[in-house]
Amino acid sequence: MLIALDFSAVLSSWPLLVRGLAWTIGLTAVGTVLGLLLGTACAWARARNLGPRALPLRWAVAAYVELVRNTPFIVQLFFLFFGLPALGLKLSPEVASVLAMVINLGAYSAEIIRAGVEATPRGQIEAAQSLALTPGQTFRRVVLPPALLKVWPAMVGQIIIVMLGSAVCGQISTPELSYAANLISSNTFRAFEAFILATLAYLALSMLTRRLLIWVGVRFLVGR
Amino acid sequence: MVEFSLWDILRNLLMAARWTVSLSLIAFIGGGLVGLLLLVLRLSRVRGTGRLIGAYVQVFQGTPLLMQLFLAYFGIALFGIKTSPWTAAAVALTLYTSAYLTEIWRGCVASIPKGQWEAAQSLALNFGEQLRHVVLPQALRIAVPPTVGFLVQVIKGTALASVIGFVELTKAGSMISNATYQPFLVYACVALLYFVLCFPVSLVAQSLERKLHGNRS
Amino acid sequence: MATAVDTTPAPAHDGIVVGAPPIVDITALRKSYGSNEVLKGIDLKVQKGEVVAIIGKSGSGKSTLLRCVNGLEVFQEGALSVNGKKLMHDSPTAMRELRQQVGMIFQGFNLFPHLSVGRNIMLAPTLVKSRDAATAAAQARKLLDRVGLAEKFDAMPDQLSGGQQQRVAIARALAMEPQVLLCDEITSALDPELVGEVLRVVESLALEGMTLMMVTHEMAFARKVSDRVIFMHQGRVHETGTPAELFGHPRTPELRQFLSSLHD
Repeated sequence: MLIALDFSAVLSSWPLLVRGLAWTIGLTAVGTVLGLLLGTACAWARARNLGPRALPLRWAVAAYVELVRNTPFIVQLFFLFFGLPALGLKLSPEVASVLAMVINLGAYSAEIIRAGVEATPRGQIEAAQSLALTPGQTFRRVVLPPALLKVWPAMVGQIIIVMLGSAVCGQISTPELSYAANLISSNTFRAFEAFILATLAYLALSMLTRRLLIWVGVRFLVGR
Repeated sequence: MVEFSLWDILRNLLMAARWTVSLSLIAFIGGGLVGLLLLVLRLSRVRGTGRLIGAYVQVFQGTPLLMQLFLAYFGIALFGIKTSPWTAAAVALTLYTSAYLTEIWRGCVASIPKGQWEAAQSLALNFGEQLRHVVLPQALRIAVPPTVGFLVQVIKGTALASVIGFVELTKAGSMISNATYQPFLVYACVALLYFVLCFPVSLVAQSLERKLHGNRS
Repeated sequence: MATAVDTTPAPAHDGIVVGAPPIVDITALRKSYGSNEVLKGIDLKVQKGEVVAIIGKSGSGKSTLLRCVNGLEVFQEGALSVNGKKLMHDSPTAMRELRQQVGMIFQGFNLFPHLSVGRNIMLAPTLVKSRDAATAAAQARKLLDRVGLAEKFDAMPDQLSGGQQQRVAIARALAMEPQVLLCDEITSALDPELVGEVLRVVESLALEGMTLMMVTHEMAFARKVSDRVIFMHQGRVHETGTPAELFGHPRTPELRQFLSSLHD
């Protein structure tokens, strides 16, 4: 029995979809930049031997990473948005969404970057030390760029995962793409059509973003 | 105002966690079976199956699980079949798992050195014998850690079923948090329960990974 | 320029049956990878019991030629027959038949890491020749003894040295009782002190009358053991003749340059 699909009602709401798309892209962009910074800082804390004084820091980072990686993103989001107000910290949906994405990507990228950093050949670090570079300079200029280049495909994959995971943020009324689809669905009663279009938009977005990010990696991480 | 103790909260969450566990197992086992079928189809090199299955994987890996759940829920209903959130979630998660697992396993088979295939061919083994006796035993060994690791993703994925109304751990958390006005405590407990489910599995996967590379080096 | 006349005088041992049809017959073989032609018309006839060494620079097409003989590489033009039967890439039954006649030893050994040494050798006879386990095991033990590794039947490949693994690979290929053995630089990946043990096994095979086609860099060995040497250059058979002729009196400047480069 073939059901008649009516896309016209959904397509006429295209401004909503475009707005949702823009929000998804914006959330992902901000979340990615801040998340990568956080992840790099964590990788630095764990990979570099900062001495026994830094042990509590390493444990704290390890605990943070394991906690984030073993709980669902939606729970992290709900905790930030619904749970924190009980402590007096009320966040807007958009801020809560970005914060959740930063914390989430931060943990995963910490692991990814750490793997890349630990694969640095000993000789590179020794050469940097022989040239009188400080540990900070060694990490920033000698260790990090090749490490990032090496793990860039894995990092791109993780960024895409976070971008697709941002669909959940619509549940706390962040006006991103899945929220738009939900809105259109309740306006037009054409749920399936609305979600199909949104899904196709996500598919196109993830494929394009992947290509773009890989190009960025090649362009900016090589030859610096 | 009814006073809710921590134990009340935990007790209710634990009851809902049963559904998380059963949905996870169904999706993982069902997805594993479908994924295996897809793998064998792909390896059989029947014309077009490689591209088709590749597209299947791309769709599931390139779209949000949340959308897949919505599409299952509303899509199955389109055919006039009455879907419960449970059914839609089971179907969506099974297909999601099958796509990821088949891709993981394909990668494992692809990582077997070409020389193994060539040695088996040179010994006059046909394609089926090459696969069954030489390549798959080795690929299986490599596949165990990432497969176990993916179980963690499945468990976390069941949390999204709450959005289409399935009462598992996350949905129970929302409901209890609304009833008790203690969202901080409740969601902390929810996170803790997921952690208790996922962390041991993660540890097992990590130790399997270490053992595998320890053996090879 | 290379001569097409094959100046093979008296054989180095009694195994060669002169006058019989060649066991490997290659005619006008051409192979390309995309637009890159690696084999530009190879003509080669190998007699039963003959030991042929193929030498040349990397990129000259030596390994590719060898891999065409057992069908690991597909050629575009020309003809290749083994034991009178033409090579048909499209027919799995024909290929299965071919690979029972032609065995191969690889530079990287390619032992199956998940099987013990004994099971490595037993696998193909059990599956392809439908031999029962007991017979296959007995044969495997005999072959291991032949290559000097009788006590290693239950060992795993990663417990063996490179030379030992390669000898197991030889035993594994011999278990199929092939008529022709292809050796693709079988000692190139070995530490120098392990090369000898493998070459000794190959030499004994040659003396027993096995037809061998070897791509090798071991010139002293080729000189000692082979009946005929083929020098390949840029996808063609550039020179061919006995070891004494090729190594002692190289005719073309390319061969002279190749031989002198080995001494650097």
